[in-house]
Amino acid sequence: MSISRRHVRAIFRKELREYRHNGSIVWTMAVIPLVFVLPTIINVFGVAAGSVHADLLLYMLGIPALVPAVVAAYSVVGERQQGTLEPVLTTPISREEFMLGKALAALVPSLVISYGVYVVVVACIELFAHPGVAAELVRWPELLAQLLFTPLLAGWSIWVGIAISTRFGEVRVAQQLGALASFPSVLVTALIAYAVIPASLGLSIGGAVLLLLLNGLGWRVTSAAFQRERLISGTR
Amino acid sequence: MYHLIRWLIRNWRSRRGAAQAQIQKQAPGASTTGESAAGEAASVEPPVGLVQLAARRATTPAPVPTGSGRKISGSPALSVNGLTKRFGDRVAFQDLSFEVGHGEVFGFLGPNGAGKTTTVRTLGTLFAPTSGSASVAGIPLSPGNGAEIRRRISIMPESPGLYLRLSVAENLECFADLYDAADPRGRIDRALRAVHLADRAQDPCGALSKGLRQRVALARALLSDPAVLFLDEPTAGLDPVAARDVHELIDDLRQRGVTIFLTTHRLEEAERLCDRVAILNRTLRTIGRPEELRERMFAKSLTVRTLAPLPEPDRVFAGLPAVDGWQPDADQGYVIAVSDTRIAAPAVTRALVQAGADVLSVGESRHSLEDVYLELIDTDEEASRR
Repeated sequence: MSISRRHVRAIFRKELREYRHNGSIVWTMAVIPLVFVLPTIINVFGVAAGSVHADLLLYMLGIPALVPAVVAAYSVVGERQQGTLEPVLTTPISREEFMLGKALAALVPSLVISYGVYVVVVACIELFAHPGVAAELVRWPELLAQLLFTPLLAGWSIWVGIAISTRFGEVRVAQQLGALASFPSVLVTALIAYAVIPASLGLSIGGAVLLLLLNGLGWRVTSAAFQRERLISGTR
Repeated sequence: MYHLIRWLIRNWRSRRGAAQAQIQKQAPGASTTGESAAGEAASVEPPVGLVQLAARRATTPAPVPTGSGRKISGSPALSVNGLTKRFGDRVAFQDLSFEVGHGEVFGFLGPNGAGKTTTVRTLGTLFAPTSGSASVAGIPLSPGNGAEIRRRISIMPESPGLYLRLSVAENLECFADLYDAADPRGRIDRALRAVHLADRAQDPCGALSKGLRQRVALARALLSDPAVLFLDEPTAGLDPVAARDVHELIDDLRQRGVTIFLTTHRLEEAERLCDRVAILNRTLRTIGRPEELRERMFAKSLTVRTLAPLPEPDRVFAGLPAVDGWQPDADQGYVIAVSDTRIAAPAVTRALVQAGADVLSVGESRHSLEDVYLELIDTDEEASRR
């Protein structure tokens, strides 16, 4: 199976242009991180050194898990509802290319928002938090984990969201289910951040491998679920 | 994510490979035009240059792609054999068999729910047929050939399906890339000129009227220089002037050898534009040239009008050559069934004059395509009621 870079780029660029023309999409994505930033800030600035969870910043990994879910869940059903899916599907684009374009368009803003918010939070901690708290929280393993797990978690949420989007004919239902489906990832990151599940190197490697596999599986399953006939005719 | 990374690496490699291949091609006389994506269809020559139309209308002729849609000779542009599509128990269309030649404008008529759009979607590889076979633009209709068929055809759906927040140009840029169009900017300009929308390129599609959106959709269909162009109600919602422009465009496309598969409810449009028409009502009810269908469906007749009713019409019309019978028509007239109008008309005129009738007119009865259509569909409805 060969993938046309040009086809993927066409979908990706079209999606980014739609984001640009519809600022509310981006604002909605940017507001979601507040759910994660506020508890973190309250925890960090409300406690003294030695009483903060060392892995607290991993809670921020909930951002890439949740932010792309709603956009991804809209991706196919939204096009269906506005009648733009059929013209696209009459072109030579393959379903894998279509999926990749959609996934990339959800991934890129999610990464920008996730990393951007993380950098701001870390900068605030370094600048304004008690030096002892900052030293406990901002450590290289956590930074590395944030760097690596952000795209993996976002990718998984995106594939789940797109899979939901191909199966449901109603935008609101798809978006609600997409958000709901990202909660297990958010829950796991929260449990690790609050030391309910102890973070370790083994857990990190195992988690990364699992997410890699899930991402690959997600692409395959989502592409297989993307049936032109069913999507256009509305049959189940 | 793993696949995303793998895909990015593979593309980086293929781009390097393509660049190296291009360097090797830089020998004198070697062509360096065209994009690598277009090269995917290297075995297929680009089809007839639809967007050349705009170049003809433009004040400054632009370089246009040359096409080869007609070069798939030896086989029809569309060949359909016993094609059937069912959704569960519901039959969308059944046992369709017809052929469409290269450069032909083929009209596909039928009432709502007759299966016209489903036929277009099936031939456009969006739907898989339940049974039967077909070839589209010379390629057998099969799941493995979907992308290759879609590369050679264009479908303009009934609903324009534009991205309303994007500008006209942004919409077309997306589709030029999806069709692997070489020189996308040039193609977009020419397609927009062809539908007289060059000055609206930067307008958001959401700000356009329904008719203008339809024209953008038509420009989008022209981007790929298709060998076969499926137009699903292309003039729906257009004002008469815009509809006339579309008709002229279709005429131009026909002259350039593009095969057009036109579904329409406008029977006068089909009669004017189409070389042949098919009337569908789940099954193919009839197919042929409009005048053939008229002759097939309706007996030839003359309509005679006189100032006053004839006292003894039997004596006037009986025994005349090529006259098979007669019956009174409303408004002091007579409809005379004939076998040959060229023989019967002079004989009837002479007989009327000899009988001393004040003749207002003698003319051949004309049946429109609409008459044919309504006759067939009414017959179907009566049969279904029985």
